[in-house]
Amino acid sequence: MAESVPTFTTDTATATAPVLEVRDLSVSYGTPRGPLHAVDRVSFDLHAGESLGVVGESGCGKSSLGRGLMQLLPVGAAVGGSVRLRGEELIGTSNSRLRRARGEDIALVFQEPMTRLDPLMRVSDHFVGAIRAHRPKVSKDEAREMAREALAQMGIPRTRADNFPHEFSGGMRQRIMIALGIVLRPAVIVADEPTTALDVIVEAQILDLLDRLRSDEEVGLMLITHNLGIVAETCDRVAVMYAGRIVEIGPVAEVFADPKHPYTQGLLASVISVDTTELVSIDGSPPDLVDPPPACRYRPRCPIKAEGSDRIDPALTSVGADHQAACLLYEGAEIGHGKVQA
Amino acid sequence: MVATADPVRGALRTRIEHAMRPWRRANPMARWLVIVGGLITLTFAFLALFPNVVAPYGEDQYQYVVGSTDDPRLLEDQRCGTDVECEQIPRRIEPGEGHPFGTTSARLDVFSRVVHGARVAFSIVLLSTLLAMGIGVPLGLMSGYRGGKLDRVLVTLMDAIYVIPGLLLAIIVAFVLQQYFEPGLASAAVAVGVVYVPQYFRVIRNHTLSVKEEPFVEAARAMGAPPRTIVGRYIFFNVVQSVPVIFTLNAADAVLTLAGLGFLGFGVPYPLAEWGLDVSRAITDVVSGFWWTAFFPGLAIMALVTGLTLVGEGLNDIVNPLLRVKGFKGRVPRRRDPAPESQAAGGEADVSQTITRENS
Repeated sequence: MAESVPTFTTDTATATAPVLEVRDLSVSYGTPRGPLHAVDRVSFDLHAGESLGVVGESGCGKSSLGRGLMQLLPVGAAVGGSVRLRGEELIGTSNSRLRRARGEDIALVFQEPMTRLDPLMRVSDHFVGAIRAHRPKVSKDEAREMAREALAQMGIPRTRADNFPHEFSGGMRQRIMIALGIVLRPAVIVADEPTTALDVIVEAQILDLLDRLRSDEEVGLMLITHNLGIVAETCDRVAVMYAGRIVEIGPVAEVFADPKHPYTQGLLASVISVDTTELVSIDGSPPDLVDPPPACRYRPRCPIKAEGSDRIDPALTSVGADHQAACLLYEGAEIGHGKVQA
Repeated sequence: MVATADPVRGALRTRIEHAMRPWRRANPMARWLVIVGGLITLTFAFLALFPNVVAPYGEDQYQYVVGSTDDPRLLEDQRCGTDVECEQIPRRIEPGEGHPFGTTSARLDVFSRVVHGARVAFSIVLLSTLLAMGIGVPLGLMSGYRGGKLDRVLVTLMDAIYVIPGLLLAIIVAFVLQQYFEPGLASAAVAVGVVYVPQYFRVIRNHTLSVKEEPFVEAARAMGAPPRTIVGRYIFFNVVQSVPVIFTLNAADAVLTLAGLGFLGFGVPYPLAEWGLDVSRAITDVVSGFWWTAFFPGLAIMALVTGLTLVGEGLNDIVNPLLRVKGFKGRVPRRRDPAPESQAAGGEADVSQTITRENS
């Protein structure tokens, strides 16, 4: 089954191995009604210095995907599939290896920066704790110096390293969180809606910082957001998620100019811009993920309802150079996810 | 080195100021509660620390050396019966000169017994609450953080303990301990301490349950912090604020429990001076009209309990931001020198002055 899913590499020019290879990643939460598959067999690659946007409406598994990569999940949740970081499998490794990987190899930048710092600890203490948890040999003074360095890189004056979190504004706190994320020089940064709840100017600054990190430090950046404008502005590739699956993935310019999947088309039509005169939305809401529709998950809301989509669960198929969509309108999708109904 | 000391000291100053902020913003009533209760408690603490400065006689002293100096305290009764002429303290004297609280039928000075009783009360209250904290707080943290079966078992166990009335539980524990150990301060402290373990456990556990869901705890996990760090640094310090309030309220209750134990004969052994014990030994006196032998130890129990309760209630109001007066800005801290605002700019000398002033 795992072999039948096509792999999604960028163009052949980037022949280097991807820094992050995700295959068939599933994340499910335990609920009284049974497991809720928030992420269902998702596969993608992320290269060093590349940024991948993950978009979709609320509740379609974007954040669960980010957390699943780090296996940072609540009690009762299960992760399946494979996450390879520089070739090393992270699913199923020991807890101590996983702890080392968090922060050192993969960093997660959260939404809601206002509550992500311990109100009782100085900012520098957060850094000291993080650095010394990973590198016990670094002295406290050295760790403090590293903290000031990372903060300065994010535009926070060195003198403020010893302040408490409540003494900073929201934008500064988010920059602190990013500084915390990069201080250990991870290979991959997962930014989970890093600019939600921040004003547009700070948003631009943060995105600029992330973009600079990506190009200067060759970090693989995964940007989870529901703001399509941000993706268009900062990402190389975009993955559109719906009901726990990636339904379309490809270069940003191509996906946005010529969306193949009906959901992507609806999503792009719903974007509000200055010349919007009428608000467009997709009717209905995402399906119940405890008991998803048997065939195409988007069919109940789909305006096209392609032939056979009531029987076949479409798989991603190539619709252009490095561009895939999971819709039965395109040839190859009928291979399905192995759940073909009679 | 000097360069690194500067921000740390500045941080210490802000930390002290920050710590004082709830006090300044508190309801004036709450402040008075703490001040009055604190004075009463401190008075007893002084008696407990230096009983011999105040008490004219020892706790089990029934005779004294006659004559030579004016200060009877210097006249140890150990030498009596050998070469020194001694005189016994008269029985059952009414409160008056020489014996401000009177004397007992066993020729003991009631005032001295009350003063020495503070020592027993304080040491047992401290030992027992420390014991309760030492068991309740770590168990609560562990139970709240780990959850699952361990949590269920511990919560059930603690609830089972909590169901038993405090004094009854203390009596049972004291009774069991009597079988194995000599009665004394330590076993009385254990008997009283066991009663308060569930309170610390419950408060800390419930607080831990809510703090561990805070986003910053998840952020710490995302940075790869081991559970030890998460519990020890992130959760503990966010949870521990509730301990001082429980401590003062428990301390008041512990005084009562100890007195109850002593009254029923399960506390410290006679002739150690303990108020509850003294009240119980004075029961027969009351019937015969000697009111003072029971009255003054009882008064001491009441006064100390009142003092500790006032501190506890006041602290509760001060620590809980919801009970502070809305919009009440509080007293502006008095500054004795005219240039305090310039400290923010980083005057090293000013900063150190502030620290010494606030520490003194």
